[in-house]
Amino acid sequence: MTTKSIMIVGVGGQGTLLTSRILGGITSAAGYDVKLSEVHGMAQRGGSVVTFVRYGDQVREPIVEEGQADLLIAFERLEALRYAHFLKKDGVLIINDWRIDPITVVTGAAEYPENIIEELRRKHKVFTVNAMEEALKLGNAKAFNVIVLGMAARHMDFTKEDWLKIIEQTVPPKTAEINRQAFLAGYGDC
Amino acid sequence: MAEKKIMLGNEAIARGAYEAGVKVSAAYPGTPSTEISENIVKYKEIYAEWSPNEKVAMEVAIGASVSGVRAMASMKHVGVNVASDPLYTASYTGVNGGLVLVAADDPGLYSSQNEQDTRCVARAAQVPVLEPSDSQEAKDFMKFAFEISEKYDTPVILRTTTRLSHSQGTVVLEEREEVPDKVYERNIGKYVMMPAMAKNRHVYVEKRMEAMAEDGCGFPVNRAEYKDSSIGFITSGIPYQYVKEVFPDASVLKLGMVHPLPRKLIEEFASKVERLYIFEELEPVIEEQVKSWGIQAEGKEIFTRQGEYSANMLRRALLEESAEAEAPAKVPARPPILCPGCPHRSVFSVLNKLKIHAAGDIGCYTLGAVAPLSVIDTTICMGASISSLHGMEKARGKEFVKDWVAVIGDSTFMHTGVNSLMNMVYNQGTGTVMIVDNSTTGMTGHQDHAATGKTLKGDVVPAISIYKFCKAIGIEHVVEVNAFDLKELEKVIREETARDEVSVIITKSPCVLLKGNVFPDKCVPLPEKCKKCGACLRPGCPALTKKEDGTVAIDETMCNGCGLCMQLCPFGAIEKQPR
Repeated sequence: MTTKSIMIVGVGGQGTLLTSRILGGITSAAGYDVKLSEVHGMAQRGGSVVTFVRYGDQVREPIVEEGQADLLIAFERLEALRYAHFLKKDGVLIINDWRIDPITVVTGAAEYPENIIEELRRKHKVFTVNAMEEALKLGNAKAFNVIVLGMAARHMDFTKEDWLKIIEQTVPPKTAEINRQAFLAGYGDC
Repeated sequence: MAEKKIMLGNEAIARGAYEAGVKVSAAYPGTPSTEISENIVKYKEIYAEWSPNEKVAMEVAIGASVSGVRAMASMKHVGVNVASDPLYTASYTGVNGGLVLVAADDPGLYSSQNEQDTRCVARAAQVPVLEPSDSQEAKDFMKFAFEISEKYDTPVILRTTTRLSHSQGTVVLEEREEVPDKVYERNIGKYVMMPAMAKNRHVYVEKRMEAMAEDGCGFPVNRAEYKDSSIGFITSGIPYQYVKEVFPDASVLKLGMVHPLPRKLIEEFASKVERLYIFEELEPVIEEQVKSWGIQAEGKEIFTRQGEYSANMLRRALLEESAEAEAPAKVPARPPILCPGCPHRSVFSVLNKLKIHAAGDIGCYTLGAVAPLSVIDTTICMGASISSLHGMEKARGKEFVKDWVAVIGDSTFMHTGVNSLMNMVYNQGTGTVMIVDNSTTGMTGHQDHAATGKTLKGDVVPAISIYKFCKAIGIEHVVEVNAFDLKELEKVIREETARDEVSVIITKSPCVLLKGNVFPDKCVPLPEKCKKCGACLRPGCPALTKKEDGTVAIDETMCNGCGLCMQLCPFGAIEKQPR
């Protein structure tokens, strides 16, 4: 299989690392060679963060570059816009319809762009979810990232059962049930 | 079937240490090296510690090696500078039990103050360097490092980079090899480096490096992959992966040992390819040596010395093409910021109000340099805040530093700040030092240190009191103040900066991300009382936004309930409510 490239982008502190670990787990369990690349340290403090996941028969480069991503999972609208050019022509873009103002906007040095999703729809296959709202319905705002992952899972070749199994193995036991519900909420019942 | 596991590069380095039979590991946290120790601590067979700084960590490892066990130290590239004093001389003494220094470079400056290349230090110290290119090699090379450390009587540097340390890949696990302790024998010719002995050992060091350069031609970590002879690459580490990605059919000499270089192997490879490129991140360490042997090659004429490499960078440079991609959208930058509820924001809001300059240091609080806090004027290295403030005073007189303070965190203070403060007392400075004590090493992800009362192994120990330490070295005015008490902070800062003697202000409040540290309430805006003055927004808390009507919204999911905004509001338009 040719190598598949996935990116997870968001704001430091949003839990991109958990999502990438689940992706690493499921691709590895399926027998693929997999490489993940993460950001630690200063950028995690509320900065723009990006995680790369690549899997296939043999993976060389651990990062995803411009024009290469099959799937881009964005936990925040502005970050979706920032990294959209990493998508392949027919790549899929999953967006958590949520806004977090960067400090440059808070201080008035810049403006938060309007109509991001409409703009992105013009060029890409875009799917959106307000995962924060959904997560609050489930009773835990922190579960929002697994809801987004559930939506993204629709565009990958693993079964629902595979996903649920890996999630159970990856998340802390205390949060297994809420994460299971969160995944199903994103994946959709069927 | 052998067990396979997906491992972070740093996790694989820790696993390699475990399998190699390491018994002692010492380190100071620093991105991208921190997770090495955080994984080593999982192996009960290894004694592991956070040392106060990298020099101490290196010396702990040297002592363990001399006593006869396999030992290691790990640190980020700039930590190697701090540890270089013992490193340079350990190169002369050599080892008893194997000794490995893991040095983590940061091409691309993801979380560092410079982009230095550890291979340059290794050349100067005459110490061999291994450089893995994925998680599997990270584990395997650690074991090989201990093997050659003992065989050639030398400390060995395992060089990693941010990309390797923070990438995960598949690793095949093996069993731990229980290495018997070596006999310790007194040998002052080898372990006491006074001039007469060191002269002899220097001769040995030269011979050792020559032998390793020779034997290195046959080391399995140095591997020539002959394919298309029209184009050849000499490369190592992560850049090897980029070469394989873009030029799967090119001939490649993959160097696992990048110092000393296996000259004969390189000469042979160079003679078999038509066009030779040297593809190495940061400094032209391989290139300059290879060219000095009269070999024609291309390197830094094409590839930059700055930042991190990538496959696209190689495509653009040599194929004059890259993957099809649209132009990036123009979007507002999102630089890192202090977290909502961070005690540093509170301290900086007062310094900003009083228009005080700060000589800064290394930690999350470096973020106080930029708008809107704009307090930190200088950041050099660990511990430099206090000593550089002292230098300013000695250069320009005590009036010059009346509106200055040094700002340093608790972990950084224990690292090297203590020396600088002793100097300020000894040499009769009058500066004010603010130790912003959040009870942890924050930036690197919350590691304990000598003043937190807990060890890397999780043992509860007596915490060294920073307050008592300052008193003990003779500072009369040492004040502890709650980092969120704005009135008291302002009063104390005014008083202490006015003094004509050294004073220390310790601002206390644990890092808001520390486990179990939760403010009981949340901050809630009361729009009917809001006069739209923007006072609460000034320190730049990311939980606050200005709504279209000019009043303020507080994001409930982000607010940690520190109450800074509430204190800043002159109209009582923000109140605390239970969560």
